[in-house]
Amino acid sequence: MQEFRSSVAPALPKLPKSPTGIEGLDEITEGGLPLGRPTLICGSAGCGKTLMGIEFLVRGIQDYNEPGVLMAFEETAPELAANVASLGFDLVELQARKMLRVDHVHVDRSEIEETGEYDLEGLFIRLGHAIDSIGAKRVVLDTIEALFSGFPNQGVLRSEIRRLFHWLKGKGVTTIITAERGDGTLTRQGLEEYVSDCVILLDNRVIDQITTRRLRIVKYRGSTHGTNEYPYLITEDGISVLPVTSLQLDHPVSDNIMASGVPALDEMFGRRGFYQGTSVLITGTAGTAKTTLAAAFAEKVCQQGQRCLLFAFEESPQQLLRNMRSVGIDLQQHVAAGLLRIEASRPTINGLEQHLVTLHRLVKDFKPAAVVIDPITNLISVGNAAEVRSMLTRLIDFLKVNGITAFFTALVSGRGLQQEMTDEGVSSLVDTWISVRDLEGIGERNRGLSILKSRGMAHSNQVREFIVTEHGIELLDVVVGPTGIVTGASRLTQQMQQHAQTLAAQQETDRRDRELERRRRVLEANIANLRTEFESVEEELRQIYSDEQNRQQTLTSGNQRIAAANPPARATPAPAETK
Amino acid sequence: MEPQLDSDDAPEEHSGPEYLLHLYITGATPNSTRAVRNIKEICEQFLKGRYELLIVDVYQQPELAHEMDLIGVPTLIKRRPGLVRRLVGDFSNRERC
Repeated sequence: MQEFRSSVAPALPKLPKSPTGIEGLDEITEGGLPLGRPTLICGSAGCGKTLMGIEFLVRGIQDYNEPGVLMAFEETAPELAANVASLGFDLVELQARKMLRVDHVHVDRSEIEETGEYDLEGLFIRLGHAIDSIGAKRVVLDTIEALFSGFPNQGVLRSEIRRLFHWLKGKGVTTIITAERGDGTLTRQGLEEYVSDCVILLDNRVIDQITTRRLRIVKYRGSTHGTNEYPYLITEDGISVLPVTSLQLDHPVSDNIMASGVPALDEMFGRRGFYQGTSVLITGTAGTAKTTLAAAFAEKVCQQGQRCLLFAFEESPQQLLRNMRSVGIDLQQHVAAGLLRIEASRPTINGLEQHLVTLHRLVKDFKPAAVVIDPITNLISVGNAAEVRSMLTRLIDFLKVNGITAFFTALVSGRGLQQEMTDEGVSSLVDTWISVRDLEGIGERNRGLSILKSRGMAHSNQVREFIVTEHGIELLDVVVGPTGIVTGASRLTQQMQQHAQTLAAQQETDRRDRELERRRRVLEANIANLRTEFESVEEELRQIYSDEQNRQQTLTSGNQRIAAANPPARATPAPAETK
Repeated sequence: MEPQLDSDDAPEEHSGPEYLLHLYITGATPNSTRAVRNIKEICEQFLKGRYELLIVDVYQQPELAHEMDLIGVPTLIKRRPGLVRRLVGDFSNRERC
C-alpha cells in the first residue's frame, strides 16, 4: 500500500515502534504501536477491542517471534480460545509452545472484602511472573476497568493503575490495554487515556441500519499518525484496517494499452484501447448492454493471461455466466482457469466501508490486472451520494496506486439532459468515459455508444450504433443520412437506398463503358480503312517515283550515247528533246 | 481459580484446627508488615488456639499469585470454616474477620 514518503531525511532517531501485524494498522500508525509503552484501545461493546488485542499478540508471535501475555479480566482462557478459533488463532497451541500465556484474573466483588490498606502488587507479581517465564515482549490487559467493579477503593485503584503503566514501561513490554468507552470520555474511568502513550478509538456506528466500524488514533505521543477515521473490518483473517485517504497523487503511470474487448471500440480510441491503470466508466440507461461491455472487457483481460476481478452487485455469478454465454462471451473457462474471479454480493449486505475493505482485501489477495464493478450505482442504496462519492474516490485512488485498470458501469436514470450526469459525480475522477444510450427513433429503440472523454489520447467523436450479437458486441459502420446519423430500421432503409443507388450508378457506368467500346471499335475500323487507303496511295506514289527514275536513267544513257557520236560543242539541243 | 467450595476441604475437616488462614504478603512492604502484625493480633485475640495461620511471601513464589488468583495484596484467604473468603487489606479496619 501507500508508503509514507518524506523528502526530508530523518535527522533524529525516530520513535521505535512495534509492528502490530494487523493489516493496515501499521500504515496508519506509521510503523506500529510505541515500542515498550502502553497503548489504550477503547470503544463500546462489540467493537473488537479484545480481538484487536489478541491479534496483536498472535501476529507478534507468528510474524515477529515475540512472545506475549494476555491478562484477561472478563473472559476465561478457554472462552477466549474458543472465540478466536474462528479467526484461525490457535491460542491453546501457542500456549503449549510457551509463546503465549493467558492469565484470567477473576474479580468478584462478593468474594472480596476490604479490611484496610492494600495495593495491587498481586497483579504485578502475576504479570511479572508471566512475562518473565516466557520472555514476553507484548502484553495485553483486557479491560482493566473490571478491577473497578471488584475493588471499591477508587483512590487506591487509580494510583495503582498509574503505577502499573509505569511499571510496564519499566519492563519494556509493548502493552495494549482495552477499555470500555464512557459517556463523553474515552474511557469510563477517565484515567487510562492519560497514562497511555497511544490511544486508539474504535467505533461502531449505525447509519441507516447499516453498521460501520471505524478506527481513529486519538493520540500518539512522539509520532505523527493518520488522523482520520478509518473503516475496519473483522474478517475471517482477523482485523483489517484501510488507510483509505493516503493518496498523494504521485502514483506511477503506465504507457501500456489495454484493449476493451470490442475491436471496433478500440478503433475509436487514438491508441486502440485504454491506458493500463486508468479508470473507465460506462454510463447508460437500463438495458444498454453495460454489463455486456464490462464482460467483454473482462474476457479480453483474461484472454491476455491477466487476472480480472469482477464485482457483480446485480447478478449472481451463475446468472452472469449464463447471460454472457448467450452473447458469445465465455467467462466460464476463465473462471475455471482461475483468471477471473466473480464476487457477487448485494450492496446492502454491508456498509460502504465494508465493501471497500472487502475490495481492498480481494485485490490484495487476488492481485488482478483489472477490476470490474457492475454497477457502482447500486452502492448508492447503501449510503448517501456524498459517501458513495468519497468511497469511490478512495477506491479509484487505491486501484490507480496499484496500477490496476478499473472498469465501472453506472446506471443513469434520467433521460435527456440528465443522461450525462452520474449520480455519484465520479465522472471527473475517471479517465475514460464511455456513454451508451438508447437512440429511440420511430417505433424502435437502438443502442448508441460514444466516448465522452478519454484522457491522454485522441478519440472518435461519433455516436456509433452497436448491436449485441451471438458473437458479442458489434459496432456498426456509421451511416449518415440526410438528417444525420441514422440507426435501426431507417439505417437499413438508408442502406437499401444506397445499395439501389450504387446499383443504378453501376449500370450506368457499364452502359457508358459499352458505348465507348463500340465507338472505339468503329474508330478503329475507320483507322484501318484509312491506313489501307494510305498504303495504296503510297504504293502508287512509289510506283510513279520509280518509273520517273527509270525514265531519267534511260534519258541520261541515251544522251551519253549521242554525245559520244557528236562533238561536244554541238550537244546543246539535247534537253529539248526529252519530251 | 474459581472459588473453592467447602466441600473440597470437607474430608480434612478434623485434620487441623478450626480456622485455616493463609495470608499472602509481598515482602516487607508497609502494608504487608502491618497486615502480619494485625492478623496475628486479631487471631490471638479472637481465635486463640483454634487457628492455623500460614504466611506466604508471594515474591518468593510468584506462581502462587496466579494459582491463588491474587490481585490486591495483602490478602487473607480463609479456607476453613465455611465458604472460602478473601479479605484484602492490612486489617487496619477491623470491622470483621
